Amino acid sequence: MSKFKKNSKASQEIPTAALPDIIFMLLFFFMVTTVLRETTLLVEQKLPLATQLKKIERKSLVNYIYIGKPKNLKEFGSEPRVQVNDAFISTKEVVQFVLTAKDKLDESEREQIIMSMKVDKETKMGIVTDVQQELREANALKVLYNTPKRVDE
Amino acid sequence: MKRKDRGSAQINSGSMADIAFLLLIFFLVTTQIATDKGILIRLPPKPDPNEPPPDIKFNQRNIFKILINSQDDLLVEDEPLRDVTLLKDMVKAFVLNNGRDPNLSDSPSDAIVSIKADRGTSYDIFINVYDQCEAAYMEMYGEKVGLTAEEFRKLDRSDPEQKKLYDRAREVGDDGKPQFPKQISIADPTKYGGN
Repeated sequence: MSKFKKNSKASQEIPTAALPDIIFMLLFFFMVTTVLRETTLLVEQKLPLATQLKKIERKSLVNYIYIGKPKNLKEFGSEPRVQVNDAFISTKEVVQFVLTAKDKLDESEREQIIMSMKVDKETKMGIVTDVQQELREANALKVLYNTPKRVDE
Repeated sequence: MKRKDRGSAQINSGSMADIAFLLLIFFLVTTQIATDKGILIRLPPKPDPNEPPPDIKFNQRNIFKILINSQDDLLVEDEPLRDVTLLKDMVKAFVLNNGRDPNLSDSPSDAIVSIKADRGTSYDIFINVYDQCEAAYMEMYGEKVGLTAEEFRKLDRSDPEQKKLYDRAREVGDDGKPQFPKQISIADPTKYGGN
């Protein structure tokens, strides 16, 4: 009996030394998995605000098209340009972009593809319509005008 | 002497976990997961070159015309409009007219809201106008089933209960076609304002 008591005294505390390691592991997991931004933006992006928003649940169907004035005015001029992934493209190349994006999807989901247009509010409708015409050409008919929520009112 | 040292040999690392937790929470809070929110539209399919476009005659009263020029001025039903926020109520009055006012629509199923911009129109005003029209429809649907526009928009159509509400608001008939459809048309822009 006395022997047992001695033993229990020695291991009174639970060793918590491993706890920080576990937490750090969680921390690293979150740091690695959260993607901050996939593409570096080459164009100005001040999105217009709207109220009637829909949320897209299936991220895998979404592809982004950025339109706006280039940030680097000296190199690319001040005319609004179209950016996909990490490069500028001409409006004619949008079809190609959509087709590559569609190839990555399952056959059954190709019609469901959503093009998310992030358009700077200073942009004129002309270039937006040109891109939309190309999207129709590529048969990607679902378009999301990406806008944050208007909070006043 | 030796025994005493042994007792305090370890550095107390219990608070380490707290520090790590703090970091973890900081990262959880600050990382924004890119949100895909916005106005979803459906473009019309590409016209078939073998088939001439169908020649549909619309009664002028059934089309609510919104024109936006390259100076971002609005012309609504042939009259200039300064305040975009008034559009919502105008659209609602137009759609819910049901033949009373001879200048407005015959019935909700005939009513078409047409937005025509110029190539020089700014995207900002276009989104504002479209947003107003969308809001008008959402409010009308919401009112029919006793929801706010916000609640109606958030209905999840995969849930049968909510789908019922959604269908009732849109007056979906037995053929699956809504009697109260949302018809907002975006016309090809004019070219006066240049690129």
